[in-house]
Amino acid sequence: MSSTTTPRLDVRKTYKLFVGGKFPRSESGRTYEITTAEGTFAANAALASRKDARDAVRAARAAQPGWAGATAYNRGQVLYRVAELLEGRRAQFVGDVAAGEGVSAKKAEELVSAAIDRWVWYAGWTDKVAQVAGNANPVAGPYFNLSVPEPTGVVAVLAPQASSLLGLVSVLAPVLVSGNSVVVLSSQDRPLPAVTLSEVLATSDVPGGVVNVLTGRTAEVAPHLAAHMDVNAIDLAGALGADGITWGELEADAAENLKRVRRPAGETEGDWLDTQSLEAILAFTETKTVWHPKGM
Amino acid sequence: MATTTTAPAPSSTGGTHPATRSAQQVSADASGVVGSDQLSNAALRTFLHGLPGVDAVGLAGRAAQLGSRSIKTTAKAWGLDTVISMIDLTTLEGADTPGKVRSLVAKALTPQPGDASCPRPAAVCVYGDRVQIAKEALGGAPIAVAAVATGFPAGRAGTAARLADTQDAVDAGADEIDMVIDRGAFLAGDYRKVYDDIVAVREVCQSRAEPAHLKVILETGELATNDNVRRASWLAMLAGADFIKTSTGKVSPAATLPVTVLMLEAVRDFLAATGVQVGVKPAGGIRSAKDALKYLVAVNEVAGEAWLDPEFFRFGASSLLNDVLLQRLKLTSGVYSGTDYVTID
Repeated sequence: MSSTTTPRLDVRKTYKLFVGGKFPRSESGRTYEITTAEGTFAANAALASRKDARDAVRAARAAQPGWAGATAYNRGQVLYRVAELLEGRRAQFVGDVAAGEGVSAKKAEELVSAAIDRWVWYAGWTDKVAQVAGNANPVAGPYFNLSVPEPTGVVAVLAPQASSLLGLVSVLAPVLVSGNSVVVLSSQDRPLPAVTLSEVLATSDVPGGVVNVLTGRTAEVAPHLAAHMDVNAIDLAGALGADGITWGELEADAAENLKRVRRPAGETEGDWLDTQSLEAILAFTETKTVWHPKGM
Repeated sequence: MATTTTAPAPSSTGGTHPATRSAQQVSADASGVVGSDQLSNAALRTFLHGLPGVDAVGLAGRAAQLGSRSIKTTAKAWGLDTVISMIDLTTLEGADTPGKVRSLVAKALTPQPGDASCPRPAAVCVYGDRVQIAKEALGGAPIAVAAVATGFPAGRAGTAARLADTQDAVDAGADEIDMVIDRGAFLAGDYRKVYDDIVAVREVCQSRAEPAHLKVILETGELATNDNVRRASWLAMLAGADFIKTSTGKVSPAATLPVTVLMLEAVRDFLAATGVQVGVKPAGGIRSAKDALKYLVAVNEVAGEAWLDPEFFRFGASSLLNDVLLQRLKLTSGVYSGTDYVTID
């Protein structure tokens, strides 16, 4: 070995998808290049096809009853554990966000902190949603009449295009709270925080298949998720600013099986700093009302 | 359904349909192949152990290669419909209620409500004491009722009990009998006992004016080696099987593509040797349309197009039908479907 300092070879990463708790390559075998905001090479990501979307929905469908069946308290613990792991990966997230979104390190720190805090905030809601959104209805008869929010089922989430971590957490975490399973299609050009999040989820206690992360072209995959008959709801946040697709077209596709649709707020993507709300949780719940006779 | 005729009726390929042969013809064909009039244990062993050994690696490679074909669009549509028409829709549980059998039959009669072009499965497969219920539920519909018999799934019962079990199913009107071979006797090398057993069950099947077709279950998962699968296939065909079937579905591994390829080679060679075309039925473990299409490729490439017919190739399956229907829906509608749109079995 020479004693002069030679430049180290780059370790160029090629990330994979996250489906059913595993990290498969795209069924199509394709990848695409991710660049930083400055245009330099960042990593390769898997370019998901419609068949990957189908596999992800299948995994989400299989995992959903188990996740919904876990106690609300347990779901809260599991989600809080994810926040702990996010905190442990803080430096990597800050690096990904700063490079991908082209913001300063200080701003990236702020965004990552907001994302982790938001995750904790939603984790706390799991065993409180039913108390706030549920009700003992007064009825004219000797019955208990109870309304409780239940998960919608399998939810497809198009993650925001610009805000790669905070935006992602803002649309993903609330869906998980009530017991839905999720297929996330990450930001097309800034998927790395979503990939890192899937690595976090894989080592957390979230059961495999509850969250599935696809990376790829929004216009290619989103229509198949929107039209998929086994997807119960879709969040169209990521349709804003996506090339070649509009949320109106996706909403029309989603109408075929009466999917619950959450439209993007506004005409352009906001900064996501002030968007956590109970409404985001309730958007993907169904109210179940039961009648039960009262003892005389 | 084939009917009894005096002369063997040629099948579509020119091969004789095995169910049309008399017991004497079966025995004469067997003697011809084995090369001994006696068909003693020694003669059978000499013949069966003289069959070429199976190259396990080559077989797995061949199966993997056959499974790598890409089948799309119109070919896929044809394949899916063919798969449905070859399914023996099966329920073999201790908990089979009359209602469950009737709902299975309803599924067979209308696999895809709202699409009259969807073909029906070839048969429903039930336990012997459920045949009558299935028959009544089917009415006159052209779907066969197959009954498992002979002490299914282990087959560990006395000869009298095994035959009585078969007789019950035949009397109840079963169109097809799925018998299990005595694996214990086979593994112990008592080939003549296995042979006699199959001949006796065949006699019961043939005792009716319209004979019941006989499928012989080898239970390949218990035969340990590929060589044994080849020998058992030949032994069953010599004894007069109309179909050779991989498994009961109660033992793991059940049907695999390599084992099915091996059995397809056996029926192909048997046709060449005797002019009799025997069918193959893989059963158990085939759950996805994609897997089923791989089997169709194997049938076409190994045995030949003549076997791409429900009369000569069947799938023993229960959950397979729903997956094929979902794929069918995808092809017609263009969007991915979900389990909410097919029945819960």
